[in-house]
Amino acid sequence: MRKTRLVAIVLLLALFVPLLQGCGGQPQGQAQEEEQKPTEVHIGVYEPMTGPSASGGQMTWEGIQLANEMYPEVLGMPVKLHLEDNKTDKTEAANAVTRLIDQKKVVAIIGSYGSSLSIAGGEVAKNKKIPVVGCSPTNPLVTQDNPYYFRVCFIDPFQGKVMAKYAYDNLGARTAVIIRNVQDDYAVGLANYFKQAFIELTGDSKSILAELEYNTGDQDFTAQLTQTASLAPDVIFAPGNYGDSALMIRQARSLKITAPFLGGDTWEAPEFIEIGGADVEGATLSTHYSVQATGTDVSKEFVDAYRAKYGKEPNAFAALGYDAYLMILDAIKRANSINPEDIRDALAETRDFKGVTGTITMDENGDANKSAVILQVKNGKFEYLTTVEPF
Amino acid sequence: MQLSMFFQHLANAVSLGSLYALVAIGYTMVYGILRLINFAHGDLLMVAAYIVYYGRGMFHLPWPVSIVLAVALTSGTGIIVERAAYRPLRNSPRTTILISAIGVSFLVENLGLVVFGGRPQSFPLPAMFDSGSAKEIAGVRVENITFVIPAVTLLLLLALLHIVHRTKVGMAMRAVARDFDTAGLMGIDVNRIIAVTFAIGSALAAVGGIMWAMKFPQINPLMGMMPGMKCFIAAVFGGIGNILGAVIGGFLLGVAEIMIVAFLPSISGYRDAFAFVILIGTLLLRPTGLLGEKVAEKV
Repeated sequence: MRKTRLVAIVLLLALFVPLLQGCGGQPQGQAQEEEQKPTEVHIGVYEPMTGPSASGGQMTWEGIQLANEMYPEVLGMPVKLHLEDNKTDKTEAANAVTRLIDQKKVVAIIGSYGSSLSIAGGEVAKNKKIPVVGCSPTNPLVTQDNPYYFRVCFIDPFQGKVMAKYAYDNLGARTAVIIRNVQDDYAVGLANYFKQAFIELTGDSKSILAELEYNTGDQDFTAQLTQTASLAPDVIFAPGNYGDSALMIRQARSLKITAPFLGGDTWEAPEFIEIGGADVEGATLSTHYSVQATGTDVSKEFVDAYRAKYGKEPNAFAALGYDAYLMILDAIKRANSINPEDIRDALAETRDFKGVTGTITMDENGDANKSAVILQVKNGKFEYLTTVEPF
Repeated sequence: MQLSMFFQHLANAVSLGSLYALVAIGYTMVYGILRLINFAHGDLLMVAAYIVYYGRGMFHLPWPVSIVLAVALTSGTGIIVERAAYRPLRNSPRTTILISAIGVSFLVENLGLVVFGGRPQSFPLPAMFDSGSAKEIAGVRVENITFVIPAVTLLLLLALLHIVHRTKVGMAMRAVARDFDTAGLMGIDVNRIIAVTFAIGSALAAVGGIMWAMKFPQINPLMGMMPGMKCFIAAVFGGIGNILGAVIGGFLLGVAEIMIVAFLPSISGYRDAFAFVILIGTLLLRPTGLLGEKVAEKV
């Protein structure tokens, strides 16, 4: 008995040893780092690898890994990627960024799919002064008042306008109902911008017949949809997670709602079509990139490499992950330094960077001003409809 | 509100409520016998859905075989959970077992993430449950699955009441529920009866999980969390431990959730919060629930 207790105490103490070393060793380690030349560049990635947004995070990660394989070095040093799963959870997103910075000592971070997650992670990165490049968080708040956050995608005011204009011009819609996830900053923001743009186009403040809400994890949307059916709108704008939205559209069709469903870039996941089946046919969304759109040389190189590695067609998220990685490498090269502050300054000065998803120039907020593409589900596939330039 | 719209809402509510009721039965049964809230109940529901998913998608088993397999394997999982996480703590304070149950819940969820992967999967559906197959009755559209779930719930309710009140095993269960020690002294194999209770409870969770996935054909390893919570609320609302109460609680919760969105669309985002308000209200005003027995706490 006494022996086991002794063993337990020793084990318990052993747990604290690395912790103590960590505390005492830190200033020493930093001093050493300045003397010793670094041999590796550590770049962190925080993406949702599990949870409701897992598909988006995994597709982005595929793009980042591909870029790392093709361009594994910068300034003569190998680049090492560190992935942290943020579990589609705001708290976990902040934890993931903390771990990347404190434990993995990364000099720059890529992530995250999902604006809410990026806002949570961005706060930590800002305090610790490590630059982050977002791949697909489109809510304006992600980069606002955060000089350390950049992104390679367009933002929601533009995306909302694109979809409102598509509904008004191409579908001839004059009334709309909005169904959005209230817990998702992305969906709430995008729905608001759609509303503003649609009201501006129709000139009628009552053209949005209703704004209905649901929560993350809801699976039953019949109450909101019955409400929608009674209003008989021309279109339904329902930005949200691909899984939730696919379930919603299924339920809408079984309630015999025939109005077209419009959404944003988060719908672009194979699961959207698998779960929605025949019911999501005709669903239309705006996104960042399509293989079918005429692209640059960079996109050709990317598409070929992606097909060779994964044996499938890439989508916007893989392309954005690829671009984010290369934009950081570009900044490191121009800065000729792997000091986070220098990388940040170089990122802010990015001009005419040729990416897969278009030419990227950082504006004063760290946002990219880029074109959007509109996709529609046809015969169980995302088909390219058109490209919309910034307006 | 138009009358036809009201009836549509009502049909939606019955459809959702019967699903809650189905899962709440299993919750309440285990509690009724063991005075243990089995937090892993919702996660067993997920296990069953995945077994059917793999059975159908990977091994192309026919529907009846995959369903029977899922129910059997989930029962087995339930027995293992009981043997590994609850039986060693049989004589510990009740809080200890409760915490063990929460641990099991997290363990099953995270094992699910590792084994099945975090990406949501599309659940294969028999053609009869396609969205296009919904029936229209007097202007109200009802999915086929909406007819199946209440029937299954009713059937299982009757079967369960029969087992608990009309069979020898049921009599032993009730005896164990009264007092472990005395039941043991009377020659009842307490461990076996508790294992049987868990097997039945897990089988109910399995059926609930399969029905859940058929109604909402998107499955992921965390899909059991919210149903677990909601059905726990339903069980408490109806009177935890009371099987009929769980059914009534489930239906009322479904109706309440749908009607709050129907009549107050502007606060539809608070739908889940509303369910928890019901839970808090029940605990404050009528801690034993609608049909709960008024018993003095055993000392």
